[in-house]
Amino acid sequence: MATPDTAASAEATTPVALGATGLLKRFGEREALRDVSFEVHPGELVAIIGPNGAGKTTLLSIMAGIQSATAGSVHRPDGGPLEVGWVPQHPAIYSKLSVAENLRLFARLERVEDPHAAVERMLAQTGLRDRADDEVTTLSGGNRQRVNIAVGLLADPAVLLLDEPSSSLDPRQRERLWEFIGGLTARGTAVVYSTHNVQEAERYADRVLVLADGELVFTGSPRGLEQAVGARDRDLDFESAFVTFLRERGH
Amino acid sequence: MRWLLLKDIQILRRSPLLVTLLVVYPIVIALLIGFALSRGPQKPRVAFLNQVPPAASTINIGGTSINVSKYSNELFKSIKPIRVRTRAEALDKVKSGDALAALIIPPDVTQKLASGLQSAQVEVIYNDEDPVKGRFVEQAISSRLAQANSALADTFKGVAVQDIKLLLDGGHIDLLGRTLDILGLKKTKTILDATIAGLPKNSTDRIALQQVTSFAALAIQNLNLSSDVLSTVSNPVDVKRVALKGRRVPLDAFAVAVSVTVSLMFVTILLAAGMLALEREENAFLRLVRGLVSRLGLLVEKVGLAAVCAFPVALAMMAGISLFVSLDWSHFPLWLIALAVGAVAFGAMGVAIGGVTREVRAASLMAFGLSLPIAFLALVPSGSVSKGVYDVIRVISAAFPFKPTLDAMDHALSGAATDMLVPLLHLAVLAAAFTAIARLALRRFA
Repeated sequence: MATPDTAASAEATTPVALGATGLLKRFGEREALRDVSFEVHPGELVAIIGPNGAGKTTLLSIMAGIQSATAGSVHRPDGGPLEVGWVPQHPAIYSKLSVAENLRLFARLERVEDPHAAVERMLAQTGLRDRADDEVTTLSGGNRQRVNIAVGLLADPAVLLLDEPSSSLDPRQRERLWEFIGGLTARGTAVVYSTHNVQEAERYADRVLVLADGELVFTGSPRGLEQAVGARDRDLDFESAFVTFLRERGH
Repeated sequence: MRWLLLKDIQILRRSPLLVTLLVVYPIVIALLIGFALSRGPQKPRVAFLNQVPPAASTINIGGTSINVSKYSNELFKSIKPIRVRTRAEALDKVKSGDALAALIIPPDVTQKLASGLQSAQVEVIYNDEDPVKGRFVEQAISSRLAQANSALADTFKGVAVQDIKLLLDGGHIDLLGRTLDILGLKKTKTILDATIAGLPKNSTDRIALQQVTSFAALAIQNLNLSSDVLSTVSNPVDVKRVALKGRRVPLDAFAVAVSVTVSLMFVTILLAAGMLALEREENAFLRLVRGLVSRLGLLVEKVGLAAVCAFPVALAMMAGISLFVSLDWSHFPLWLIALAVGAVAFGAMGVAIGGVTREVRAASLMAFGLSLPIAFLALVPSGSVSKGVYDVIRVISAAFPFKPTLDAMDHALSGAATDMLVPLLHLAVLAAAFTAIARLALRRFA
């Protein structure tokens, strides 16, 4: 189960932005998630990493309120799924609408108090003001992902969940994406993201959650994961430490 | 839901080619079906040789002139004649395929008609290369000959009745340039009765004359009935038409109902199926049903969108068709009800297709694949297939909205408001059933 981190005692005293307790998800006979519990705190950037089929997207979907858990509970701010911003892996926006129209539509559907102000805010935050009237179909993959993230942030949620946010981006676009996310956490937004790119987890995440076969096998900082396998003594980089960690635990 | 509806309309506005195709294609298909239903086959080309000399085309029967060529014109209502001068030319036309058949009127036809003793014969030569067309020509010519025969018989009957009247009542007759007085049986009897009254009771002449006057009385009595008898002979079997079930509207109006229903079906099903599948293709479905809109709400929105778009198209189509086909606009409110309920049922079928297929292309393909056979099955008339097959067709047709929408439109066009209730109820049940199927399909939509 999770390896305790040195910061655990400090985290226990800070408020919880998002949490899960004993989550179980079954698809027929198969258990996609098993007894998963964790907490995320305001301003924290948490990466969920794990091999393919580990249950990363299932966990994010349950936290976002898209799927329901077979057992266990989810703690969200004020209880409602709409209080959690959700950014799916593939842009969930309408390609025939412009950037501003997409933002305005979702702002209205989310019943944001001042849709116009929310749209202007997100155009400014994502740097897409000059493309506001362009149809999404004319945007690059990176810009589409920015619009996708902007839609997730329209209601100014306390928590943002991102499913593999950088998978379709080139290195420069990735850099801009992480700068943007860094700005969010600096303002106190808790961000949880899943990724296949363990270097991104090492580089940007405050904490990593390692999922393997539906089980949460590690919770702690990237440094903590390296320490767990003695990476320094064995001259292992983070990715090798991650693979070794899984192998030593039979995954 | 309002914002979703506006969003969909905005997306459609930005896809003019798609919308144009979506509107034009079903209208063209619908008009073609309606045109095919309302029009019979094209007139076949038939070589026509009239060997009757112009001077002999009029016959005289009992002092009445009958122009026989007038009756041959009856044929031209069903065929397109190619006039030829010789029998060889007529045969060439048929052999070369230029004409499907040749119709030859022999020179002695009027003489035979005038004799009243022989039937006149016309000759028909077929080209049976295309059996369907050949059968059509045969039927067309037979039908028109029957009409010509009937018209001639009526004329002969008229002449006969006129002669009998003259025999009974007396009068004048023109014969070889001279006018002759005919006494008539009734006047003859009157004269005889007066003569008999003046004779002694035991006179032998009286007995003989009484026999003559009795014969005259009997002849008057029976000849009075002869007009009715002749009418019966000229029309031995009359048809009394009693419609127990069937079209309440003329064929043209039925064709309008078919055209509009086909158009409504295509636009609504394609739109509802495509726009629902698009939500998944754009990955927006999960974002929407996270709490922004319920799954059922999303289905209702798509059904509403499809109905709102298809309704004016169908209405505009009816208005356009009414320029060419006479429609009773006083039934307009009934049309609106039939179109609206039909559109909702088709929309529900559309979201079921969209929900099951989950992709726009697959949804469009399935919408086309299902719609056309359903429409054609619903148009199969009873009696054209075996009873068992027809029962199966009825069950299949009842499971989809085309037939009840067509029935509702049919009743709406004829103004039969109460008859619309059953198809409208049927459509409401189908709309609920298809929405339920769509709702189930959304479980695996993501």
